[in-house]
Amino acid sequence: MKRFKLAGLAGLFLPWAQVTYAEPLIWGFQAEQFEYRAMDGEDAFVWDFDALAGSDELKFVWRSEAELGLTSDDFEKLENQARLQFPVSPFFDAVVGAYADTPGGAPDRYAGVVGLKGLAPQWFEIDADLFVSDHPFFRFEAEYEALLTNRLIFTPSIEVDMPLKDDLARERGAGGAIVEIGARLSYDVIDRAFSPYVGVNYEASYGDTKDIVKANGEDTDAFSIVFGTRLMF
Amino acid sequence: MRLFKAKQCALSETALSSSEHLAKGLSRRQFGLTAAAALAMPTVLRAHGSPKITSKGTYDVTVDRVRINTGNFRKMGVGYNKSQIPTILRFREGEEVTINVTNNLRESTSIHWHGLVLPFRQDGVPGISFNGIAPGETFTYRFPIQQAGTYWFHSHSGFQEPDGAYGAIVIEPRDGERLGANRDYVVQLADKHPHPGSRIMRNLKRMPDYYNRSQRTLQTLIKDSRQDGLKAALKDRGMWGRMRMMPTDIEDVQGYTALINGRSTSQNWTGLFRPGEKIRLRIINSSAMTYFDMRIPGLKMTVVQADGNDVKPVTVDELRVAVAETYDVIIQPRENKVYSIIAESMGRTALVRGTLSPKKGYAGAVPRLRSKPLLTMADMSGMMGMDMGDHVMQNASGMQTMSGMEHSKMQGMNKPGMNGMENSGMNMSGNHDPFYAPGSGLTPKAYNGGKFLSYTDLRAARPLYRNRAASRTIELRLTGNMERYIWSINGVKYEDADPIVLNYGERVRIRFINETMMAHPMHLHGMWSIIDTGQGARNPIKHTVSVQPGTTTDIEVEVDAPGQWAFHCHLSYHADGGMFRKVVVRGRPA
Repeated sequence: MKRFKLAGLAGLFLPWAQVTYAEPLIWGFQAEQFEYRAMDGEDAFVWDFDALAGSDELKFVWRSEAELGLTSDDFEKLENQARLQFPVSPFFDAVVGAYADTPGGAPDRYAGVVGLKGLAPQWFEIDADLFVSDHPFFRFEAEYEALLTNRLIFTPSIEVDMPLKDDLARERGAGGAIVEIGARLSYDVIDRAFSPYVGVNYEASYGDTKDIVKANGEDTDAFSIVFGTRLMF
Repeated sequence: MRLFKAKQCALSETALSSSEHLAKGLSRRQFGLTAAAALAMPTVLRAHGSPKITSKGTYDVTVDRVRINTGNFRKMGVGYNKSQIPTILRFREGEEVTINVTNNLRESTSIHWHGLVLPFRQDGVPGISFNGIAPGETFTYRFPIQQAGTYWFHSHSGFQEPDGAYGAIVIEPRDGERLGANRDYVVQLADKHPHPGSRIMRNLKRMPDYYNRSQRTLQTLIKDSRQDGLKAALKDRGMWGRMRMMPTDIEDVQGYTALINGRSTSQNWTGLFRPGEKIRLRIINSSAMTYFDMRIPGLKMTVVQADGNDVKPVTVDELRVAVAETYDVIIQPRENKVYSIIAESMGRTALVRGTLSPKKGYAGAVPRLRSKPLLTMADMSGMMGMDMGDHVMQNASGMQTMSGMEHSKMQGMNKPGMNGMENSGMNMSGNHDPFYAPGSGLTPKAYNGGKFLSYTDLRAARPLYRNRAASRTIELRLTGNMERYIWSINGVKYEDADPIVLNYGERVRIRFINETMMAHPMHLHGMWSIIDTGQGARNPIKHTVSVQPGTTTDIEVEVDAPGQWAFHCHLSYHADGGMFRKVVVRGRPA
């Protein structure tokens, strides 16, 4: 679509370089989830954020998703991704990157990422990523912001992880989906920078994954009440 | 409030008042006033900051980091001569001016003299006319003043202009003012945001609706379904949602406090008058992003000048001032009462009231914001690639054909062109403004049901050029990707674009085809933009031309200024987002 440019990224490392009419660096931090999850078993602290820098043509994104068990003080989940994002259509970006999944008490997983991120018709925000490794899986995320008022926003979301191969050490069976459904009601207190919310979150596993989890004597689903804040700066 | 005013006044080194100007026998140069003298004057006379005039024709301007207080919020910004009150530079046609601009910022700056005809090296655009003014440096501009009227100046560096770096220019004609007004006030409008410009841009790039707090919600859905039925309301939302467009997308940036001469409604800029006097208001829209609709309830305004060029007087109840445009109006309040000068944003999200009063210490009434407009499918009609009904598409192509016919084939025969448009069945009401798409949600209506100014009402009082045919037409499609907040011309943003090449001595027609759903005030530096309104030799001569969504607007340019020039949308974040071109004029006078 456009010439591939590293100008924006160069700006990352050379912030002092003053070039006439260089487009300003696009950067920022955005957390969709930054929350306390109260559930039956162990309560947890969860974050899901993107930190980005770049240009219209190319952005570098650090994406981090984590779930910290508050009793065990162990990461149930700790995923970090380094992603490069570039436009492929008016509303969608392609993504390539690297993924590191390093929870406590379970083997680490590393993968390459290819995906798409963008805005589908009717304002659905979509992330679709394929994680390529010995333990490949596919992830689909969708989110919709329903404006009750211009500041009170109801956000249903869904995230589906679909293992493409068995990974017993991580309790995943090929074709057995792990589905997370959430609904959060937020209020923009300061611009869109600080938007506290309350909500619910439900996570369940299906198919082979469910069987593996069950065989290990663990819960195959979990319901939680969440409260936290969206952040953007 | 009182304290605040006093403080502000103390900040401006010296102050000139417009009314003083009219005092006969005093030369402009005699106003090298001391701060003490300025303080001794009544508040209302200290309306503006002003440059230091060191000797005849020499003006000193400083660019400073200033504290800005709008009454609603405080912030650090940029200002001239250490003040949030815009500086007025007063020149006389025919003089040669020397302007020493001292940059007290920690970053590079520049001053562009908006609308002035001058050598391109003096035009003040970094990277095109010069290298900018480094921190601590004093740059000297020198150029002859070859015109009269109301203009303005602003920084062309980064986001300094939205951050406050703007001022006014008033040029007296060689032989004195012709209009015989008793009072003469600059009314400089601005939109002041609590966020710095760089942060606004960053937010827009990541979330284009970051500042749109006028979006349709569950509440409006309920209201609409009561009115039109749930099915129709959902269908309408479905249609906009399919395109991923918003009918509320009229003002990208909201949350502004509007200012008149650096003062918000609560700070109440006031101009004094005696009943029966003729007052000239020099309205300048120095906003970053906001079109303002201007009215003075209870008074008619007679528009006498647009963008510095006199027009045949036309009397209106309200007018829309696009970003960077200027209009001079004459008003004549006959009653001994207080009047409000109201500037209300086109999207109805911001409003400022200034006061015209026979006495100090009064404030005019503040009306409520009128209901917010919504864009219609007509405003989308320029987006040819979108999935829309054929009907809308035909309208769009019809418009283009018409304007083509009207201008190139029927030069001088303006009536047939206009009739043609009306006859093409484009659902136009009797006094539809042809500069808006038929059925546009942005078509203005005067507050009192009276006359709203249109470009078609502007007739040049003194045409600058012989009316001749243009030798060629350059088509510029105004394009953009709202979701990415990328703005472009012919689909290419500035960074990736080749310059537009013009030849010295030619007359070119530039056809703007607005394929976005937003209005764009297009500003060509260095040369006049003669809008084709179908008035032939009387077509108005402007420096900034607002092109409404879904419309085609033609201008003609006499290429009489060698060098290289900037050409861009004057919405700060659109220009920065890429709706910008360099124009190179090849050749020079023999």
